[in-house]
Amino acid sequence: MDYFDRFAIPHPSPAIYASMVAIGLTGIAIIAGLTYFKKWGYLWREWLTTVDHKRIGIMYLISALLMLFRGGVDAIMMRAQTAVPDNKLLDAQHYNEVFTTHGIVMIIFMAMPFIYALMNFVVPLQIGARDVAFPRLNALSFWLFFMGAMLFNISFVIGGSPDAGWTSYFPLAGNDFSKSVGTNYYMLALQIAGLGTLLSGINFITTILKMRAPGITLMKMPIFTWSALTANAIVVFAFPVLTVALLMGTMDRLFGTYFFTTSNGGMDMLWANLFWVWGHPEVYILVLPAFGVYSEIISTFARRNLYGYKSMVASMVIISFLSFLVWTHHFFTMGQGALTNSIFSITTMAIAIPTGIKIFNWLFTLWRGKIVFTVPMLYSVGFIPIFTIGGVTGVMLGMSAADYQYHNTMFLVAHFHYTIIPGVVFAMIAGLTYWWPKMFGFMLNERIGKWAFWFIAISFNVTFFPMFFTGLNGQARRMYTYSESTGFGPLNLLSFIGALGLAVGFALLVYNIYYSTRYASRNISSDPWDARTLEWATHNPVPAYNFAITPQAESIEAFWDSKMKGHKLFPGEYKKIHMPNNSGVPFIMSCFFFAWGFSFVFGMWIPLIITTIGILACMVHRSFTQDHGHYISVKEIEKKEKELRGA
Amino acid sequence: MKLENSLPLEYKTHQNQLNILGFWIFLGAEIMLFGTLFASYFTLVDRTGTGPTGVEIFEITPVLIETFVLLTSSFVIGLGIHAMRLGKKTAMMTFFAVTLLLGLVFLGFEIFEFVHYVHIGAGLQTSAFTAILLTTLGTHGAHVTFGLFWGLCILMQIKKRGLTTETANKAFIFSLYWHFLDVVWIFIFSFVYLKGMM
Repeated sequence: MDYFDRFAIPHPSPAIYASMVAIGLTGIAIIAGLTYFKKWGYLWREWLTTVDHKRIGIMYLISALLMLFRGGVDAIMMRAQTAVPDNKLLDAQHYNEVFTTHGIVMIIFMAMPFIYALMNFVVPLQIGARDVAFPRLNALSFWLFFMGAMLFNISFVIGGSPDAGWTSYFPLAGNDFSKSVGTNYYMLALQIAGLGTLLSGINFITTILKMRAPGITLMKMPIFTWSALTANAIVVFAFPVLTVALLMGTMDRLFGTYFFTTSNGGMDMLWANLFWVWGHPEVYILVLPAFGVYSEIISTFARRNLYGYKSMVASMVIISFLSFLVWTHHFFTMGQGALTNSIFSITTMAIAIPTGIKIFNWLFTLWRGKIVFTVPMLYSVGFIPIFTIGGVTGVMLGMSAADYQYHNTMFLVAHFHYTIIPGVVFAMIAGLTYWWPKMFGFMLNERIGKWAFWFIAISFNVTFFPMFFTGLNGQARRMYTYSESTGFGPLNLLSFIGALGLAVGFALLVYNIYYSTRYASRNISSDPWDARTLEWATHNPVPAYNFAITPQAESIEAFWDSKMKGHKLFPGEYKKIHMPNNSGVPFIMSCFFFAWGFSFVFGMWIPLIITTIGILACMVHRSFTQDHGHYISVKEIEKKEKELRGA
Repeated sequence: MKLENSLPLEYKTHQNQLNILGFWIFLGAEIMLFGTLFASYFTLVDRTGTGPTGVEIFEITPVLIETFVLLTSSFVIGLGIHAMRLGKKTAMMTFFAVTLLLGLVFLGFEIFEFVHYVHIGAGLQTSAFTAILLTTLGTHGAHVTFGLFWGLCILMQIKKRGLTTETANKAFIFSLYWHFLDVVWIFIFSFVYLKGMM
């Protein structure tokens, strides 16, 4: 039995045991349900082996919503713990675990799949492509991300949760201070998911550069596709840095090396630097696609073309470049000296310029537009002022001298939630609502959607605005409790009330999905928003081959111009269409990766070797397989098109 | 399938072109990977703790042999691609086989070098300097090892299927990979060994 002792949780509580039971029961229920309804074959054929970018997008979406729930529960626990002084709901260790997993889950396992959900679904449609450049690699990317997420999420019931903060600064994250396997989970789960993300980055850049329909030159690409291109360029150059940092961290913890230790030459600040050389660009990987979503939505619902398209593109390119030059501002107080701090202060503040350009472009797009306040538009219009508060406080934090006052206080926590929630979460909900009819063939209910928006927008401010004040009054972040004499109590209680409101808002969002799935009309047009870009030119739901005839674009808003000026979007006649074949190998290979990561976490070397061989065997299998895809015949296309048009 | 007959075999189909561009972008990521390792190396190079410094452990002879062998292999794979473009299957396979053999010799010397380092007390767990040294060299060595198996798979496919748009594409991409490892080695040779011995 000694062998199994390693899987025990080092610091248990009734809540964790209850979660264990809940996870077990859910697993049994899923397996039983699939067996009872005989859905295993369906699941395997239609989802686990799919290489269709639209289905992969939907799988990313489902994962993101699940992870939003997990990260949200963590958040509620934190706010509940700090709601009143000297609270005993969580102890210090559990609080550490909860804020660590909240950060990682929200950034890596919620926001990232959410943007990749939208990119996967929308980008090939916007450029008139049949699929991405490497469909099978795309499936592998998704499954690697998914297995990384699952590996991270089982940590708290098997072996112990990571507890060194989402930044995992050494020496705290080293073996001396983080004794459980939690941080091993952090290192390996991120490594596996990060590999998937890197492959996605390569895939999307190639797709966007080489697979655009005729007429779509680089400067005629829809703005969301541009945002995807810049974000994926950042992915390709930022993620390898994380790969190396995680490798070195893993070696420190499992092989006893001295990279980030405080003895034998090790340098703990090297981790901080490497982490943020990846970490800061990561922020822009998230926010650039969000900017793209807002640009599409604002232009659609202001009924005007996007103001300053070229400056929008230029500012995104500049942001993606500058994003690599600011990382030190995350640790101004850690002693690099005045010169370094000054340089990084200036680069940090410089980012406000291209971002400001984008804000003004959105405002000018709205100017004299015939604005329609749909749910996606509400989120977009709400985003502008709230995000600006986040941006302005960012400039405050960016002044290194002043930063000594704000560093590691709740002021910082308020700042980055003010950028990330309106910047990314609002955009993702807006994009989800906007593209929902394209994904599923019906619209989300507007009335419930508006209720959800007002709940989320107001509760967000109630939750996070008080933190600016408690932070300036000296409340440190990541403290699990405080005494009554500090006077932080009332504002923290207010934050907790806001957090409950946010929970209600997100519950309304989920209820909206349920309600609309049951009651919404399936009889909608393929262009329900009267939109402007190519993805709306094909049917609802989108057929597997996307477009029966490759579109011919003449402007940025090809579809709008075809509606207004009568350009012919689809010249020529049906030809047979080449499509990639489904494959189970990406899924199987990712299962090997999961087992590989799990063995590595616990230092089980024999399973590690076996799973490594398994991974390599999958690659060899891929190398020797000749897969030329299949063709959809003209007859089948005609039949499908008739059916879709008739419906 | 549409063929662009003005282009070499490995570029002929659209998927071929996608694969090559995709691989170039992947090499961009690899540059960042090795760039990060080099940056870490320069940060930790003087932090030797209780362990030895570079001057104390580096030896020029095996390093020179490794350099010579790897550079030659890169030249030979260039000949292989040239033969492939002329459509000479046997010559191409011979050059590829020689490349892989040279890779194997390189790897043999590198393993010998590693054993030597551990033997004289410069192992992975000695100091920050030895850890980053062995990690940087090891990452390159792991790439070469992976390349040996990859190249072998491609050779077997060419033997079985001949030079097709698919196999030629794979061989060409593999040659890009091999040249890239050579470039990385030139940096290792200059900035790790030569600079370290000065």
